[in-house]
Amino acid sequence: MIVFDKPKSLTDTPFHYCPGCTHGIVHRLVAEAIDEFGIEGKTIGVAPVGCAVLAYNYFACDMVEAAHGRAPAVATGLKRALPDRVIFTYQGDGDLASIGMAETVHAATRNENITIIFINNAIYGMTGGQMAPTSLPGQVTQTSPYGRDVKTAGYPVKICEILSQLDGPTYLERVAVNNVKNVRNAKKAIRKAFQNQIEGKGFSLIEVISTCPTNWGMTPEKALAWVDEKMIPYYPLGVYTDRSAERGEEEK
Amino acid sequence: MEEKVLMKGNEAIAEAAIRSGCRHYFGYPITPQTEIAAYMSKVMPKIGGTFLQAESEVAAINMVYGVASTGKRVMTSSSSPGISLKSEGLSYLAGSDLPALVINVQRGGPGLGGIQPSQSDYFQATKGGGHGDYHMIVLAPSSVQEMASLTMKGFELADKYRMTSMILADGTIGQMMEAITFPETKSETVDTPWAVTGTECKRPHNIINSLSLVPEELERFNIQRFERYAEVEKNECMWESYEMEDAEICVVAFGIAARVAKNAIVAARAEGIKAGMIRPITLWPFPKAALYEASKKVKAFVSVELSMGQMIEDIELAIRCSRPVSLCRRVGGVIPNPEEVLNSIREAMKGGN
Amino acid sequence: MAKLTFKTDLCKGCGLCVSVCPKKILRLAKEKINLKGYSPVEITDQAACIACAFCATMCPDCIITVEK
Repeated sequence: MIVFDKPKSLTDTPFHYCPGCTHGIVHRLVAEAIDEFGIEGKTIGVAPVGCAVLAYNYFACDMVEAAHGRAPAVATGLKRALPDRVIFTYQGDGDLASIGMAETVHAATRNENITIIFINNAIYGMTGGQMAPTSLPGQVTQTSPYGRDVKTAGYPVKICEILSQLDGPTYLERVAVNNVKNVRNAKKAIRKAFQNQIEGKGFSLIEVISTCPTNWGMTPEKALAWVDEKMIPYYPLGVYTDRSAERGEEEK
Repeated sequence: MEEKVLMKGNEAIAEAAIRSGCRHYFGYPITPQTEIAAYMSKVMPKIGGTFLQAESEVAAINMVYGVASTGKRVMTSSSSPGISLKSEGLSYLAGSDLPALVINVQRGGPGLGGIQPSQSDYFQATKGGGHGDYHMIVLAPSSVQEMASLTMKGFELADKYRMTSMILADGTIGQMMEAITFPETKSETVDTPWAVTGTECKRPHNIINSLSLVPEELERFNIQRFERYAEVEKNECMWESYEMEDAEICVVAFGIAARVAKNAIVAARAEGIKAGMIRPITLWPFPKAALYEASKKVKAFVSVELSMGQMIEDIELAIRCSRPVSLCRRVGGVIPNPEEVLNSIREAMKGGN
Repeated sequence: MAKLTFKTDLCKGCGLCVSVCPKKILRLAKEKINLKGYSPVEITDQAACIACAFCATMCPDCIITVEK
């Protein structure tokens, strides 16, 4: 009996990601959730600009490639046009927390009935390792070669904390994928984010603390440890907002 | 018998869009086009449509991109500074071959400029605005009636060619009230096998996308797109000829400028100058052939524009610089009066510039 | 009987599976090179596998199938 296999909501196209990059794990978790709800045929995903730009080749459902940061706006259009479809975006930290901040905040405050998967790995991966809005204080990147200096570059953007100040969003949780236990928790959170949408409850965003071994300059295994040592202390895991019990069909 | 209604230009656009089957509108407030959003916000909730005031023009055009991806009719409206913000999205819509309707009720620029009428976004509308090789179908109404009929035409052409249609209007026509009729809408549905609607697990997944990392592939997509543009140029050029049969001076003007020019032409003829006008209705595709034919008969051209002289370049290209082309222009929100245009016609007749 | 199958040619040799295997029965085969040019994972003792799927849970490239 097969107890673990590649989910069918992923295509056969091999991921282009670097060795040990956890994008692949999160792709799989999203696809598993889609499989488990049996919604592949009614799901439309929105890919970002960034390392996951080619996500449209990996998810077997219909896909739209958005401009940088605009995925929540594109998803809003899709959901308004097709309210009975399940719409998710998959975005990195530069995309969602920098250039797309306005689209993120406003989709959240509208309680747009969509699911956002937000990959926070504290760096711009695709362009070669520049400082991200979520790069840690002191973190060395290509554009913060002496370490992120908070006096000039400011402090990291904490998306779950910011959005949790709003009355709009239904569900906000921060998870990580740096060990088996955390991956399993991440799966539960992602499932809930899809379930909320299916039940018409509104906006769910799952922030996934992820790794970038290549641009962090670490082995994949060391990168997982760095998540525990540096990332999670700055970005505490947990549920930041949960209004899913008080919201239902009548909300939308 | 079609019913006559008295409407503002901006409202005519909104009503025509709804009658065209558009059920999704996204916008951001900006003068002088707010009546469109106000109209949509009143009507859309009552007919099961979407009115959404977006957080920015950037967001609004990307919401348009989302709906357009599903193959449904969708529109946004703005004015000049807002269109600059939408330009990113216009490029992506072109790169993904998505149909949409975008309204630009122009105001004076550059920068924040003013809120009075202008035509200084001609280059932006006809030459790109966003990055990359692309075109939009650009329609220039010069009456409230055309605000309605060209809106309907705009949706049809957008669907037919998988392109963005832009209504390039101006603040005067937007605010003007005239009695109009709405033509019967043809309910021809265009097949959209490319649209994302959910696979239902019955077909391979569709991908709406403007990214192609293989140069030869991207080149091929560009060439294919321009083959479609060539079809548009061949089939969809629209213009109005006015008093051109015996004309010696050809005035070229669109939108509000054309209305002023008509009065000037009447006055010119009254004093014995044979003036006529070619009024481009499509600014892209530009009615090059009509102007080239006219150049064989007339002595000179006068371009009347509410800009520092933008369309004049297309006129010179269309007639291959075979006749003098002079410019009659006011900018900053000022509309030339018929006397100013008449003076330009007189000067052109004398052979001066 | 637990069984692991690898899509060996898709393995990028990141070693995340190796690091989480509670039975320490996975290794990167340094002496081998797959189609992608990486030293792929292999199992050293199939009989010792308990089908916990920790390896597959952490595999970023979905190359591991677990049977029980």
